[in-house]
Amino acid sequence: MSSNRYKVVRNGSSPAGFSEIPVLGYELFHEEVTSMLADERYHCLNYSCFRSGEGFRFICVIADDGSGEIRILSHIKKDDGTPLRSLTASCYAMHIFEREIYENHGVLFDDHPWLKPVRYPHDRADRLSVMDNYPFYEMDSEELHEVGVGPIHAGVIEPGHFRFICNGERVLHLEIQLGYQHRGIEKLFVSAGDGLHRALLSENIAGDSAVAHGLAHAQLLESLAGLEPPVSLQIERCIALELERIGVHIGDTAALCGDVAYQLGQVACEALRTMVINTTQFWCGNRFGKGLIRPGGSNFPLTEESAAEILRVLEEVDRRYANVTDCIYSLPSVLGRFEDIGIVTRKQATSIGAVGMAARTCGVPRDIRATHPFQYYRKMEINPVMQETGDVLARGMLRALEVRESVKIIRRLIENWRNCAKETGRPQYDLRFRPDCLAVSVTEGWRGEICHVAVTDNDGKLVMYKIKDPSMHNWMALALAVRNQEISDFPVCNKSFNLSYCGNDL
Amino acid sequence: MLKEIKILSDHGKQYVPDLRNQPVSALFRGRPVITADITAAEARKAAALCPAGAIDSSSGAVDLGRCAFCCECALAMPEVYRFTNDYRISATRREDLIIKPGQSEPLRIDESAVRKEVRRLFRRSLKLRQVSAGGDNSCEMELSAAGNVNFDMGRYGIEFVASPRHADGIVITGPVSENMSAALEICYEATPAPRLIILVGTDAISGGLFAGSPAIKRDFIESQHIDLYVPGNPAHPLTFINGVMDLTGRK
Repeated sequence: MSSNRYKVVRNGSSPAGFSEIPVLGYELFHEEVTSMLADERYHCLNYSCFRSGEGFRFICVIADDGSGEIRILSHIKKDDGTPLRSLTASCYAMHIFEREIYENHGVLFDDHPWLKPVRYPHDRADRLSVMDNYPFYEMDSEELHEVGVGPIHAGVIEPGHFRFICNGERVLHLEIQLGYQHRGIEKLFVSAGDGLHRALLSENIAGDSAVAHGLAHAQLLESLAGLEPPVSLQIERCIALELERIGVHIGDTAALCGDVAYQLGQVACEALRTMVINTTQFWCGNRFGKGLIRPGGSNFPLTEESAAEILRVLEEVDRRYANVTDCIYSLPSVLGRFEDIGIVTRKQATSIGAVGMAARTCGVPRDIRATHPFQYYRKMEINPVMQETGDVLARGMLRALEVRESVKIIRRLIENWRNCAKETGRPQYDLRFRPDCLAVSVTEGWRGEICHVAVTDNDGKLVMYKIKDPSMHNWMALALAVRNQEISDFPVCNKSFNLSYCGNDL
Repeated sequence: MLKEIKILSDHGKQYVPDLRNQPVSALFRGRPVITADITAAEARKAAALCPAGAIDSSSGAVDLGRCAFCCECALAMPEVYRFTNDYRISATRREDLIIKPGQSEPLRIDESAVRKEVRRLFRRSLKLRQVSAGGDNSCEMELSAAGNVNFDMGRYGIEFVASPRHADGIVITGPVSENMSAALEICYEATPAPRLIILVGTDAISGGLFAGSPAIKRDFIESQHIDLYVPGNPAHPLTFINGVMDLTGRK
C-alpha cells in the first residue's frame, strides 16, 4: 500500500530515493508514528537523524510485521535548539532512539522521561557528560542499599556497569550503564577506504554475531548497488546464520548450567558447542565465521565436502543436545533456579519494544525470518519458536527448541543447495552505490533483529551508517526481569538474555 | 540416572591430549608464509589491498599484530602469500610478530625477553584477570573456551580469576576504548606485583581496524612493558595456551 506520508520498501530490496521519501511536518510525523506503533503489528527498526544543510534530517524506519512492508517516514528540523515533542511519552519503545539522538546531536525532547546517556560516543554533543557522572536513578531511604557491579565483572565477559537498589536481598531497581565498549565503529564505516575494510568492520561489530552483522551489512550494500545475490550464495548465507545460532544457543545452555552448578549439562554442552563452531571453522577457517560473509560473493563457497561435514556433525549434535536438554529441563534442582525467575511479561515486552528471543519468550512472535524474510528465507516457511512464560526457563527452553528447528532448516537448505546452480562468485569490494538514497537491511541473528541503515550522497558515497543490535532494546528487558528478584538470581537472569555490550556501544 | 549415563557415554573423552600438536582444520589461518622472491610491485599491491595496514609496502612483510587474518592477500596472490595452520604464533617481542618474506621456520618466543621472575613464580601456577576494553566478544569467548572441557588449560594451573587481587597478571582484549581506559588502569594497579600484561587479539596488540578511531585511547598499553602478544581475530584458544606455556617455561 502506498501513502503520501511514508515510503514503502521491503527488506534488502532496492533502496528508497530521497526524493521519494515524503517530508512531514513534525506534528503529522508524530501523529503518524504514534498511531502506527499503538498497534502491535508495527515496531520501530530505527529512528535517527543526520546533519543536512542547516538542520537535521530525521529518518524513522517502521516494520509492519503483518504485511512485510518497511515504512520510511521523515521530518526535518532546524538546528535552533528548540525541543521536539517526545514520541517516548506515548510509545515507550522509542526511548532508546530519542536518547541516542539527544546524546549524538544535542536535539532535545520535551516530556521524555529521562534523556539518559546511551554509550558516551567520542563525538557526543555534550563533552561534559562523562562515564563518571552518569545520572543514576536514586532512592532516598535508610532501609535501602545500592550494589554496584562492574564495569569489570567476575567472569571473562565484556564490561558494563550494573547498579542495583536493594531492599535486603531483594532487587527493587536495576540500572545498566553502558558505553565502555564504544569504538566509534559507525563513523569508521563512513570513512573506510573500501568494501573489504567495511566487510571486516561489519564482522567485528559483535564477534558473537559476526555472521548476522556481516550479512546485514553485505545485504545493505547489495541493496545500494542494485545487486541480487545468486541463489546458491543466499542459501549459503542462511546456513551460516543458522550455524551461528546453533553454536551460540548451545554455548548459552552450557553457561546457564554453569551458573546453577549443574556440571554435567555444562560440560556436555561445551563439547557440543565446540563441535558446531569447529564445523564453521572447517568451512571457512574461523570458528566465528569471520571471513565467510562478503558483499557480492564469497571467499569460501560451500563445497559438497563442507555440506556433508555440516550434516554429519549436526546429526550427532542434534541427538546429543536433545538428550542433554531433556535432562537439564527435567531436573528439579535446575528447574528450581529457572522457573518463575526473571519474568518479563508480554505487556512489558511489547511496551519496551523487545525483539528476537526476548520477545519470543513472552509470546510476542517477532522473527524477521518470518515477517520480513531475506536471502533464501524468502522461499522458505519459517515458524518462529515461541514460549509464553517469559522467565529464565522459557529463555532456556527457547534455545533448546530453536537449535532443533535450525538443524531442520539447515537440512532443507542443504537439500535445496544441492539442487541449485552453483553461482556463488567472488566478493565485490568496489560496488557502486545509487546516489541520494537510503537503504535498510534487517537480519535475524540469534539474539534477534539486526538492522543496518545507510544513506548515500549525490555522488553515491556513504554519508551515514546506522547499526542497531537487538541488545539496544533488550537491555531494558533484563533490567525489568530482575525487579523483585533475589540479587543472587541476577547472574542467571543475565546469562539467560546474554546481551551484547559492544553491539550496543558500537 | 540412565539418561545421565547415556550423556556421559556419548560425551566420551573430550579433552585435547596434546595442546602443542593438535590438528586444526585445513583452512584455519595461522602463521603466514611469504615467498622469498616477492617483487616490489607485488609488495605494493598487497599493501594496498590490506585494509588493516598489516603489510609493509616496500618489503611485503606481514605484521601479525595488525593482521585481521582475512587472508585476502593470499586469495589475491596465492603464489606470494600463504597462511599455514600453525597456531603457535605468540611472541614476547612486538617486532617478532612481523613475518618477513622467506621466513618459514615456526615462531618461537625470544627467551631473553622473558623477565626472570616470570618463570620462577608462574611456571606451575598462573592466575589471570581478563579485561575486555572494547573487544568484540570473540576473543573473550575464545579465552573462556581455553578453560573449557576441550582445551582445559586448568590442567597446567592456568586459570582466570574473578579479582585482580587474586591475579598474577592481566589479559587485555580489545583496542582499548577511551571509555574503558581508566577502569583498565585501575584493574592493573589492583594486581599485586610482579604482574604480567598479555595482549590477546589484533585489536589489543595494535588497535587493529580501530587503530585510527578517535574513540580509542592506548596511552596506558603503550607505556607498559608487555610480556606476551597473542595475535588472532580472534586468537584461537590453542594460540593463547601455547603462548602462555612458552612464556612461563612449561614444556
